[in-house]
Amino acid sequence: MSAVQVDVKYVAHLARLALTPEEEQKFGEQLGHILEHIEKLKELDVTNVEPTAHAAPRVNVTRPDEVRPSLPHEDALRNAPAQANGLFMVPKIVE
Amino acid sequence: MLNQLTIAELTERLARREVSARAATQACLDRVAAVDGKLHAFLSHDPADALAQADAADQAIAAGATHAQRPLLGVPVALKDVIAVKGQPLTCGSKILGKFISPYDATVAEKLKAAGAVLIGRLNMDEFAMGSSTENSAFGVTRNPWDTARIPGGSSGGSAAAVAADEVIATLGSDTGGSVRQPAALCGCVGLKPTYGRVSRYGLVAFASSLDQIGPLAKNVRDAATMLNVIAGHDPLDSTSIPNAVPDYTAALGQSIKGLKLGLPKEYMIGGLDPDVKSATDAAVQQLAKLGAEIVEISLPHTDYAVATYYIIATAEASANLARFDGIRYGARVDGADPIELYSKTRGAGFGAEVKRRIILGTYVLSSGYHDAYYLHAQKVRTLIRRDFTNAFAKVDAIVAPTTPTAAFKIGEKSEDPLQLYLGDIFTLSCNLAGICGLSVPCGFTKSPKLPIGLQLLGQPFGEETILKIAHAYEQSTGWHKEKPSLS
Repeated sequence: MSAVQVDVKYVAHLARLALTPEEEQKFGEQLGHILEHIEKLKELDVTNVEPTAHAAPRVNVTRPDEVRPSLPHEDALRNAPAQANGLFMVPKIVE
Repeated sequence: MLNQLTIAELTERLARREVSARAATQACLDRVAAVDGKLHAFLSHDPADALAQADAADQAIAAGATHAQRPLLGVPVALKDVIAVKGQPLTCGSKILGKFISPYDATVAEKLKAAGAVLIGRLNMDEFAMGSSTENSAFGVTRNPWDTARIPGGSSGGSAAAVAADEVIATLGSDTGGSVRQPAALCGCVGLKPTYGRVSRYGLVAFASSLDQIGPLAKNVRDAATMLNVIAGHDPLDSTSIPNAVPDYTAALGQSIKGLKLGLPKEYMIGGLDPDVKSATDAAVQQLAKLGAEIVEISLPHTDYAVATYYIIATAEASANLARFDGIRYGARVDGADPIELYSKTRGAGFGAEVKRRIILGTYVLSSGYHDAYYLHAQKVRTLIRRDFTNAFAKVDAIVAPTTPTAAFKIGEKSEDPLQLYLGDIFTLSCNLAGICGLSVPCGFTKSPKLPIGLQLLGQPFGEETILKIAHAYEQSTGWHKEKPSLS
C-alpha cells in the first residue's frame, strides 16, 4: 500500500472507462507509486511563476472564412460501427 | 542490396537510371518478407499498392522529373501507425480503432507523396504512442534487430527497427517524450524530434497536443535532414504550426563545427547511467572537442522534476484527447443499455492497460479539487524547465547528453513497473516540455551483448540546422552508423 490513494473506481467513472475489479486494484497500487513520485514537485516554490500551456504559444490563429470542400458524407460514415440513413446509430437517449 | 542504401545513395542511382524505384521497393518488400516474422516492425503493408506507387515514380523519372524537384522520388518509406494515409489502415497500436481506414492524408503523408516517396506500410508502436518499449502494442511487441530478445524502444519502435533492419530506407515516427529519439538510440539509427510547430500535426492521432511532434528516423544524419526538408513547414490545417521559413537542412552538413559551444548538463551524469553508456558519451564528447567544439559544463537545475511534470501534463492532455474514442463515430463498439454504458464498455474493452492507466492518471490530475495541486502546478514547473533551457542556450549553441540511461532491455523486464519505465525517459522528456529540437545519433555499443548507444543533441527552437551539422560532423568522423545488426 502506498501513501497516496486514488479512488480508481470514481475516476474511471469520470473517464467513462469500465474496469475489472482486478484492474481497479492493480491500477490503484501503481498510480499510488506514480503519485508518490509526483509529490516531489511540491518541493518547488512556484509563487509568481506563470504556467506554460504551450511551448510556442500562438494567439488568435485565424483563416479566411471561405467555403471549402469538406469530408464527403459517405467517407465520414465509412468507419462507423453502426449507421443507417446517413446517420450514426446510438442507443436511445430520450424516451 | 537496394534496401540497404541511404536516401542519398538510392536517389543518385535512380537519377542515373541505374536502378528502378520498382526494384528498390521490391528489395524492401523482400526484406520485410524475410525478416519481419522475427521483428514484427510492420503492422500491415500492401505490396501491390507499394509496387504501383513505385511504378508511378519510375514513370515520373522517365518523364524527366528530378530529385531536385521531388527529393524522395522512388524512395520506399514507411510510417508509424499513428499517421493517417488515405485508404490505408490506422490502428495506433490499439484494438479500439477496429478496422479503421483513414479517410484523408496527414499533411506529412501528403508532403511525402508530393516528394515522390513510396509509402509501403504501417509500423508498430506502443498503443497511442504511450510507452518506451513497443510492448504496449495491442498487436504484439516489436523486437530489436540487434537482439530479438530485447525491446526496440518506443513508442516508435517499429519505425526504428524497420530502418535498423533495412526493411525500408527511412521512416516517420512521433515524439511526445522521446518516442523518436529513444528507439533510434536503442536500434542504432538517427532520430530527430523537430521543434514544436516545425512539422504539421494534422493527421497525427493526438496523444498530448502540446508535446507531440512528428520526426524522421533514418540511416544517417543527411537522410534525416532530407526527410525534414520534405515534412517541415507551416500548415493552415494545424493552428500550432509555425510560419517560419524552412531552410535547406542539408545545406549546413559538412561545415566545420569549430568554435561551436556545446553544453554538457551536469544533472545528466546521474547514478543509474549505465557504465557503457557513460563511457560512450564521454568518448563522443571528446570526439566533438577534437572536431573543434568547445565543451562547457552547464546546469539544467530542474531536470529531476521533468518526469513528474511530464506524466501530469501528458496524461492530462491524453485523457482529453482520447475522449473521442467512444464507439460512436468510428472504431470498435461494445453495446450498452445507454450511451454512458456503451462508452464505458467500449473503452474498457478497447484500450490496453497502459492507456487506461494514463487516462485515469490524467483524469485524476484534472479532476475537481486536484487540478490546481497537480495540473496547474506542473504547468508552472514546465515554465521553470523551459527557463533552464533558455538560460543554457544563452551560453551554448547546443546541448550534448546521452539519449537514454541504458541500452535496450529485455522484453518483459520492466513491464510490471510503470514508474521505472517512466524514469528511463529522463533525458528525452525535457526537450518536449521546453518545445525545443533534439536528435539521437549512434555513438557506440555496449560491450556484451553488443547493443547500440545513442548520443543526444538538443538545440534551440528552430535550431535543427545546428544540431544536424554537429551530428553530421560527429557521425562522419566515427562511422558508428555504418554498423549493421546480423539478425541471425
